[in-house]
Amino acid sequence: MKRQIPLLITFFFGIFMIIQYFIPHHGVNEWGGRFQGWTIIVLAFAYVLGVANVLRISLEKVYRKEADWPFKLVTCISLALMMVIGLVEGVGENTFFVRRLYNQLYVPMGATMYSTLAFFIASAAYRAFRIRTWHAALLAITAMLVMIGRIPIGQGIWSGFPRLSDWIMFEGPNMVGQRAILIGAALGAISTGLKMVFGIERSYLGSGD
Amino acid sequence: MCSLFYWVRMFALRFTRLSMPKACVAFCLVLSAFSGSPAEPIIGGQEGAGVRALLPPEDVQAMDTPRDGGLSLTIRWQRPTGEEEGFSGYRIYRSDSAGGEFRLVGEVDRNTTEYQNIPNDSIKVRMGKEYYYKVAAYDSLGEAMSEAVGPVKSRPTWFDIHRLPILVAIVLFFGSVLVFFRITKRGRGLFIRRIAGIAAMEEAVGRATELGRPILYVPGIMDVDNIQTIASMVILVDVAKLAAQYDVPIIVPLNRAFVVPMAEESVRQGFLNAGRPDSYDPDNVRYLSDEQFAFTAGVNGIMVREKTAAHFFLGAFFAESLILSEMGFSTGAIQIAGTANIHQLPFFVVACDYTLIGEEFYAATAYISKDPQLLGPLKGADFMKVVIMALLVGGSLLELFGVHWLTGLLTLS
Repeated sequence: MKRQIPLLITFFFGIFMIIQYFIPHHGVNEWGGRFQGWTIIVLAFAYVLGVANVLRISLEKVYRKEADWPFKLVTCISLALMMVIGLVEGVGENTFFVRRLYNQLYVPMGATMYSTLAFFIASAAYRAFRIRTWHAALLAITAMLVMIGRIPIGQGIWSGFPRLSDWIMFEGPNMVGQRAILIGAALGAISTGLKMVFGIERSYLGSGD
Repeated sequence: MCSLFYWVRMFALRFTRLSMPKACVAFCLVLSAFSGSPAEPIIGGQEGAGVRALLPPEDVQAMDTPRDGGLSLTIRWQRPTGEEEGFSGYRIYRSDSAGGEFRLVGEVDRNTTEYQNIPNDSIKVRMGKEYYYKVAAYDSLGEAMSEAVGPVKSRPTWFDIHRLPILVAIVLFFGSVLVFFRITKRGRGLFIRRIAGIAAMEEAVGRATELGRPILYVPGIMDVDNIQTIASMVILVDVAKLAAQYDVPIIVPLNRAFVVPMAEESVRQGFLNAGRPDSYDPDNVRYLSDEQFAFTAGVNGIMVREKTAAHFFLGAFFAESLILSEMGFSTGAIQIAGTANIHQLPFFVVACDYTLIGEEFYAATAYISKDPQLLGPLKGADFMKVVIMALLVGGSLLELFGVHWLTGLLTLS
């Protein structure tokens, strides 16, 4: 029963959602919207599981004084601080939570993390464009043409560079390749969906009768 | 004005023996009878010093909105002839009867000539009920109303015929899956080309074992409503099984709280399939943060602190893909990535040892398990690819010869 009931629920809702796509009737759509609302409610409960998971793992490591336990302590304190201040003061626009903790602490830290991408792109590009095989040479030449077409000096050298760059990116080889991958990925996604809906793939449900 | 007064005076003197005020009324009546004036009186409309007649919209039509849920009506009209810039927009009025009170239900700008009520707004249309509509052109001084049109009723659509090609494709796809499923069940082997990334999974786990370091498995940053996350959870079972067989820890950092129970169950199932349920450590399935870059920082921290030797990035990734994979590259770990997010594929190709591109990612479970039940959908997808290729070639050839019916048939409106 532990597996049959989830399989039945998956089958019912999966089939309903497929059918709903073809039936515009407002009654069917209303039920579809209602089911999606239920998902949001269930997802909200999942945060409790998430917080429990963080606290269980981190506090255990702090208690046992395992390696890097101070980091876990910082995690727990930050979590508690954000939660308590958010609950007490609320999360309105001009609250301490949003102004200090979110806008002046969290957002800059997120931006810092994101900004490291620039350096990683440089190092990855260096490796990608090293010409060791004819494939790599083709990639490097194409990349050069695209880059020249995207900078003002490219147009200064030859007015056709921007057009050539656009053709490579949006009309020619790049777009053709992307579409081929997209079609394959879409079929793979449908195939996976069907496997789930019809209970062919059930390993994610775990064991049990 | 002078000339108008002159003509009224002449009308009164020559053709009637009425007094001047009465002659004015009679003159207006005769004029209106010959001019074919709009059904509704023109209330406003002024331009410069002289009064200009604001004309009502023409050819007003009310109809049931096609392919809708049954709670919507569509009103269309033509811009009044000669009216170009001299008015602000249109107001749409509705009534339950032709002679009843018309209530304002919507307003659009002067460049719009169609109005469709939103099915769930406060002035909703009731299914099957008759309605009458009027459309008025308006400006700052007033409005010119069209005649009432109707009755019109909204009816629900039970099947969207424009989506028939998709239904046919789904039926065809599922049919092919069933056929291949039967073929594999009879014991006939189906060829699957070698996918280097999947074949290298065991190599990656083996390397982590040799080095005595854990494996890192990141199932993307999307929730369980994303098909890539679900596919990743299925692959996780197989990777966890490999990890259990080699007796190497597997760390699964998670970006979404809802994925936690699913990931726990997948890893536990993998250890169970390997016959080593006691080796499963629930502390290795870790929820880090819902925030994208906080999660990225957390995963990078795990790579550096726990010195993971094999990295699996399988799922839906976005801007963090290169940060994770480059950090992993710098630690010297063997890396296998797979995603259907096209824009992240180049990053993974550059920074990882193996990359599962699009459909290969979804094919992983069937490839690893060789289960006939899972091979059916895989071969079904291949069959659909052949169908799509045939349609692309056929459609292109037909277009070259100026035949457009196939393109029209497959175009979704």
